[in-house]
Amino acid sequence: MARLMTGNEAIARGAYEAGVKIGVGYPGTPSTEILENFVKYPGVYAQWSPNEKVALEVGIGATLAGARTLVTMKHVGVNVAADPLLTLSYTGVNAGLVLVSADDPGLHSSQNEQDNRYYGKLAKIPVLEPSDSEEARRFVKLAYDLSEKFDTPVILRTTTRIAHTHTLVEEEKPLEVSLKPYSKNPQKYVMIPGNAKIRHQVVEERRKKLLGYAEITPLNRIEEGEGEIGFITSGISYQYVKEAFPKAPVLKLGLTWPLPEKLISNFAEKVKTIIVVEELEPYLEDHVRALGIKAIGKEIIPRTGELNHQIVKRAVLKYLGEEELEPITSIDLPLRPPVMCPGCPHRPVFYTLKELKLTVTGDIGCYTLGVMPPLGAIDTTVCMGAGIGMALGMEKASPEFAKKTVAVIGDSTFLHSGITPLIDMVYNGGKGTILILDNRTTAMTGHQPHPATGQTLMGEPAPQVDFEALAKALGVRRVETVDPFNLKELKKVIAREVAAEEVSVVVVRRECALLPNQSREPLTVIEEKCTGCQRCLKLGCPAIAFKDKKATIDPLLCNGCGVCAQVCRFSAILKGDDSLG
Amino acid sequence: MDKNILLAGVGGQGTILASKIVAGVAERAGLDVKVAEVHGMAQRGGAVVTYLRFGQMVNSPLIAEKEADFLLAFEKLEALRWLSYLKPKGRALVNDQEIYPLPVLTGGTTYPDFQENAQGRTYHLIPAREIAQSLKNPRGINMVLLGFLAKMLTFPEDAWIFEIQKRSGKYADANIACFQAGFKYGT
Repeated sequence: MARLMTGNEAIARGAYEAGVKIGVGYPGTPSTEILENFVKYPGVYAQWSPNEKVALEVGIGATLAGARTLVTMKHVGVNVAADPLLTLSYTGVNAGLVLVSADDPGLHSSQNEQDNRYYGKLAKIPVLEPSDSEEARRFVKLAYDLSEKFDTPVILRTTTRIAHTHTLVEEEKPLEVSLKPYSKNPQKYVMIPGNAKIRHQVVEERRKKLLGYAEITPLNRIEEGEGEIGFITSGISYQYVKEAFPKAPVLKLGLTWPLPEKLISNFAEKVKTIIVVEELEPYLEDHVRALGIKAIGKEIIPRTGELNHQIVKRAVLKYLGEEELEPITSIDLPLRPPVMCPGCPHRPVFYTLKELKLTVTGDIGCYTLGVMPPLGAIDTTVCMGAGIGMALGMEKASPEFAKKTVAVIGDSTFLHSGITPLIDMVYNGGKGTILILDNRTTAMTGHQPHPATGQTLMGEPAPQVDFEALAKALGVRRVETVDPFNLKELKKVIAREVAAEEVSVVVVRRECALLPNQSREPLTVIEEKCTGCQRCLKLGCPAIAFKDKKATIDPLLCNGCGVCAQVCRFSAILKGDDSLG
Repeated sequence: MDKNILLAGVGGQGTILASKIVAGVAERAGLDVKVAEVHGMAQRGGAVVTYLRFGQMVNSPLIAEKEADFLLAFEKLEALRWLSYLKPKGRALVNDQEIYPLPVLTGGTTYPDFQENAQGRTYHLIPAREIAQSLKNPRGINMVLLGFLAKMLTFPEDAWIFEIQKRSGKYADANIACFQAGFKYGT
C-alpha cells in the first residue's frame, strides 16, 4: 500500500530496502531528515560526523569494508567533502556508496544556490535526479546497483521541493545484502601519483561505459505527446513541465551525468523546438547544445531561484508570442522574518556586541539571525568556520581590527570547521577574540546531537568535547566561560578579551531555549514604572511589544530569560525567577 | 475531487500537523496527494506556508497564484500575504488572530487592516483561538480550523477523526473536540 513520505523519508526507505547498513552525514537543510529517518530502521548504524568531509571519509571506509553506505549532506556540504569525493571517483568502491546532495534552489535556508550536478561532471561520477518521493526511493536502490556495477560512487541530487514534499510511496521488502569481502588492493586504494595515473584511465573507461548505460537505462525516458515543442527536463522541473504542458512530448532525464547523447538526438528529431526546463544553471542545456542541437533554455527560464509550473508556463507562452497570463497584483505587507526565539541565549550576546560597537565575523546557524534588525550585529557570513579565519585576515590587513573584532561561532559549527582556523590564529600570532556560542545542540537544523552534547544519533551516551580544555590544548592561553544571561558579566568579559593582546576564546554557554525541560516563569512589565523608553525593544524579542507608549510582555511567548529586566534602566520589568541573571 | 489548499501561518502554530491530517484524509479516499512544506529558517517564528494538493493525479507540488481553492490561514497577516493565490471563487478560512512580526513589534511599521485589504474576497473569520481556549486546549487552533475546512470538503467525518487520533498522541480527545467545534462553528 502506498504511503505519504517526504523525499527524505523515501531516500531513507530506499536505502533500507537496498540493504544499506551504514548511514553518515552532517545535518544541513534540506538533507537532515534522511539520516533521522534511516536510523529508525532495524539493523542499521547511523551517525553524525563533525563535518561532511569526515562523513564521506567514514563512508569510504565503510564501503571498503564491504557495507552498502549512505552519505548525506546539503549542497554546500559537498564543497567541504569535495576533497575526498574527487579522489573516491578514482578509487571506486567495494560495496555501493551513494552520496546525497540536497540542493536548495530558492535559498530557503542556505547561503548560496550552487547547482551540484556539476560535481558529477567534475568528479565523473553518475548523478541521479528523482522527481518525487517514489522515484527517490527507487532511484536510491538503482544507485546502489549502479555503484557496484560500475565501481563508482553515485550522487543522488535532490532539491528542497523533493526533499520536503510528501508524495505517495510504495514500500518493498528490504534486500538481504551481505558484507562484501575486503581485499587489500593498494593499486586501487592508494592514490600515489603512479597509481592515480592508472586509475584516471580507469575512470575514463568507466565514463564510456556509463555513456552506453545512459542510453538504455529506464532512468531516462521519452514521453510521447502532441505538438511541435518538446521539453527536456529533470528532477522537480519535470513536474512543472507536466503541470504546465501536460500533452507535450518530454524527455525526462533521471540520470543527468553522463547524458544520453543518442537519446537526446532522437528526441530532438521528433520535435521542431526543444525547450530545456531546469532550475538554476543551464546544465542540461549546455550539454544539449554541445551536441549541436538548437535549444531554448535560460534565455526564457530564470537562472536564479526556484521554478514553479506558472513560471514555466508564462515563460514558454511569452516565447511563443501567445497570450500571456494576467499579471499578479500584490499588496504591500510587513515582512515576517525569522527571529531568535524568546529566551534565546544568542540574543544578549548580539545585544552586547552591538553596544560595544564591535565588528563581528559571523557563521552559519541560528546565530546568523544576529544580522537582523534591531540587533544588526553581524558583519560577515560566508560559510561554516569562515568567521575565525576572516577575523585573522582582517587583523593581518589592518592591525586595529584586532581590538574591535570578534568571531562568533556555534558549538556544532566550531566542531565542524572552527578548530583548524583557531589553530591558524594561534600559530600565526593573531590577537583575535572568538566567542563559541555553545547552546548545547545543533539548533538550526532541529537539535541534532554533536560531539559536545554527550549523545549520538543512535541515542547512545557519548563522551563530551570540553571546549575550554580543547582551546587550551590548541595553544590558547586566555579561555573564559560566561553565561549570556548575565549581561553585566558578559559585557565585562568580552570587552576585556577584545582588549587583550593575544588570542582569547570565550565559551558563551546556555542551553537552547527550545530544548526540553526548561520551564521558566514569564516576566511582566510594571506599567507605572515603564517610561516608554523602548530600550527593551532593542533586544528584538518577539515576546516584547510596544502598545500605548508602554512595553508589554506576552506571557505565552516569554521564556523568562530575564535579559530584558537587566536591560531596563527603570526596574520596570519584573523577574519571575530571581536566580536568573 | 481535485483541490488545492494553502496553509499559511507563523512558525510553531501547527500548520504542518494540520496539513498532514488533510493529506491523510485525502489519501484514505484513494487520491493522489502532494504536500510541500517549508522548513529551516522559517521555523524561527517566521512565516510558513504549506502547499497541499490532491486529486486523481498531481504533478507540481506547488500551487501558483490564482490556483488555490482554499487558503487555511492561521494568522490574519499571513492570510493577506497569500490571498492572491486564491482562485477568483476560492475561499479564505482565517483564524481571527494577530501575531505581530518584528517590524511591527519594534514600531517600524503598522499591522495592516485585514477587512480593508481582503475586500472583494470570500473569507470567513473564525475565532479559533477563543474556541480552542474555551475547550481548554489552547494549542488546538489548528484543529478548529481543520474542522471548519472539513465542512467545505466532502470527506467522511470518521476519516478526519481517524487521522487526528493517529497524529495527536495524548491530545487526541482534546484535538477532536476542537475539530468538532470548528466543524459546528457558524452553522
